Amino acid sequence: MSEATMTESAPLVLGNKTLGAVTREICEPMERKPNSLWWAAFCVSSTMLLAGTIAVTYQVATGIGTWGLNRTVGWAFDITNFVFWIGIGHAGTLISAILFLFRQKWLTAVNRSAEAMTIFAVMCAGTFPLIHMGRPWLAYWMFPYPNTRGSLWINFRSPLVWDFFAISTYFLISLTFWYVGLVPDLATARDRARHPLRKRVLGFFSLGWVGSFKTWHRYELVYLLLAGLAAPLVVSVHTIVSFDFATGVIPGWHTTILPPYFVAGAIFSGLAMVLSLLLIARKVAHLEDYITMRQIDPMAKLMLTTGLIVGFAYATEVFMALYSGNPYEQFASINRAMGPMAWAYWTMVTCNVVIPQLLWFKAVRSNLILLFIITIFVNIGMWFERFVIIVISLHRDFLPSSWASYTPTVIEVATLIGSFGLFFTCFLIFCRLLPMISIGEIKGVLRTHD
Amino acid sequence: MHYDRDSVEVERTGRHVRLARTQKYQSLDVPAEQQLPGGRRRPNVEQTTLAAYQNDPKAGHHLHFEGETLWPDDHRYTGHHWGLIIDLNKCTGCSACAVSCQAENNVPVVGRDEVRRSSEMHWLRIDRYYTGEGADVDVLYQPMMCHQCDNAPCETVCPVIATAHSDEGLNQQVYNRCVGTRYCANNCPYKVRRFNWFNYAHPDKVQNLAMNPDVTVRTRGVMEKCSFCVQLIQSAKLEAKRRGVELADGDIQTACQQSCPSKAIVFGDLNDPKSAIAKATESPRCFQVLAELNVRPTVGYLRVVRNREGGEEHNHHV
Repeated sequence: MSEATMTESAPLVLGNKTLGAVTREICEPMERKPNSLWWAAFCVSSTMLLAGTIAVTYQVATGIGTWGLNRTVGWAFDITNFVFWIGIGHAGTLISAILFLFRQKWLTAVNRSAEAMTIFAVMCAGTFPLIHMGRPWLAYWMFPYPNTRGSLWINFRSPLVWDFFAISTYFLISLTFWYVGLVPDLATARDRARHPLRKRVLGFFSLGWVGSFKTWHRYELVYLLLAGLAAPLVVSVHTIVSFDFATGVIPGWHTTILPPYFVAGAIFSGLAMVLSLLLIARKVAHLEDYITMRQIDPMAKLMLTTGLIVGFAYATEVFMALYSGNPYEQFASINRAMGPMAWAYWTMVTCNVVIPQLLWFKAVRSNLILLFIITIFVNIGMWFERFVIIVISLHRDFLPSSWASYTPTVIEVATLIGSFGLFFTCFLIFCRLLPMISIGEIKGVLRTHD
Repeated sequence: MHYDRDSVEVERTGRHVRLARTQKYQSLDVPAEQQLPGGRRRPNVEQTTLAAYQNDPKAGHHLHFEGETLWPDDHRYTGHHWGLIIDLNKCTGCSACAVSCQAENNVPVVGRDEVRRSSEMHWLRIDRYYTGEGADVDVLYQPMMCHQCDNAPCETVCPVIATAHSDEGLNQQVYNRCVGTRYCANNCPYKVRRFNWFNYAHPDKVQNLAMNPDVTVRTRGVMEKCSFCVQLIQSAKLEAKRRGVELADGDIQTACQQSCPSKAIVFGDLNDPKSAIAKATESPRCFQVLAELNVRPTVGYLRVVRNREGGEEHNHHV
């Protein structure tokens, strides 16, 4: 297998391709009819989405009581899923904005799909704050819009309002950034299109791209500026999400370590998801020559790095709690590791700290099946991290009389499954409709251009 | 008259039924395997012995909030400042307060299944703790309702300002504005906020006759909690205004206070130095729960004094 070529001098694109071959190979998956593998995946993911839609419809029609929440645990699967999905998105922005600004050429082959993943993940995340409301039909009250209710306004002190701004900014900038990056490729696809309708639609979205030197020059400037705008979001969005907890008084939430801890965790989980998806997509869409060890290896290393930061954060959190002299904080920490839901805590530690240590070994990083399994563990572990922070902190707080437990209902599990369905359905449609790799950019890193 | 019935037999079915209960056999001690030095016992109910009390009336008192506060002192209560004090020595845990609160405030009765899911709606509950071991067990009752904190953690987190502070120190819940994020309930250290998980009200004409017309019936998806019987405060204020007299101490009797057979609950204006509540706050037995969080609750308690020998029961400080 070609994965053996891992050195810096190895070409980013294998197989000595001509420029024409690159265009053809990348455009092919969206021009031919979908294969049976795609259909199978689409059937599964859209069924999951349907299950989630039914669950959410039932919940909105009946009440939040269809979830397993109670007087003590007011958030569980809903906000866990929200933070999980927001975190997933971060790797896309890291790759396409920050690594782009650092001129890391290897990201060229993966930034398009990573950024697409960001957008779909933010869409999944965005549904949860909406459906977790007792009266979701009044969600527009979160907007600071001029109204006829006198002095009634939103509460700028509430972290939920900051969330609203952080996430809507994140979504809009990611979408713009992604779309601008797509324009030259949409023009390529337009020029190859045979069906007049396809030509028209692609022509509309490619904004009359002609590919002149001047157009390219301006395009690259805009792209650079947008990358600069998107870069701070990698840090800001999850910092603000962590404020939901850090500003609370609940032991286990009330801690200043959460912002950096959340950002590292977000990138960690996001890289795991990018790798899980790409390892499948390169096989399904026959893009082995483009997504090579030159992309996979640095992402695995980044995952190891952020995983170590996350592990360090766990240790620091325990130390700070025990050292604080505050019995509530100390108990919250002990209760995570030894309480009735300790299994969730240890699942988190195993998946996020223990298993990723395998990535120190080159042999593991280049064994794609093993790597795929590790990424799945990290995804599971990062979901449990949020569950631990939210549910285990809430279920036993200050007054022992209010201590309660939490068990998810079928509706909540179906909603989680549905969010994965939404994510994969969107991603599969993306694979069919848009070029998965930036044709314009990948040509710049072909060996012939070095 | 003659009553007749068949003989009754009791037999083992082998089936188990989970009891629906709102209070369990909880202890103030955290579970033994999770105890750390200094963190064995939760300090939320204070108790002492008569001997210790006679020696020092403040015996059994814990450390309270110490340190700088980031909150500016810019919300002074110039008019009324409502507060409530419960004498735990008088409380027998009879639950009359909880029932009258339920009747006064149209609090939904949710039934067995919801209670099993810890989703009961009581605005006022009686926390019950056991201390001691074996046959030598003491029981502590602590009526617990919204503490109307002056630095309320619930108010800052609501995105739509559905819960706000009044100029009389009440933490008001605005049902119409609530969108139901439940953030306030999560951030409440006393866990006294109650969420309408379902639409509990039914268009039942007979049942509706039992409703208090002065209190809004809440719809599903909104948060609710103890209001210090704000409707009674308002009507007493209006009555005083109509008569052209000053509102006197004792004019306002909250539902829980009215029904307490041992008169353990005192409600009134903390700003009125002659009021019964102002006197109660000066008692050496007065303490506040979770005051160390600097939430500045306006509900206080009077410490339990046990009529027995021995020193003060040692409670660890926070």
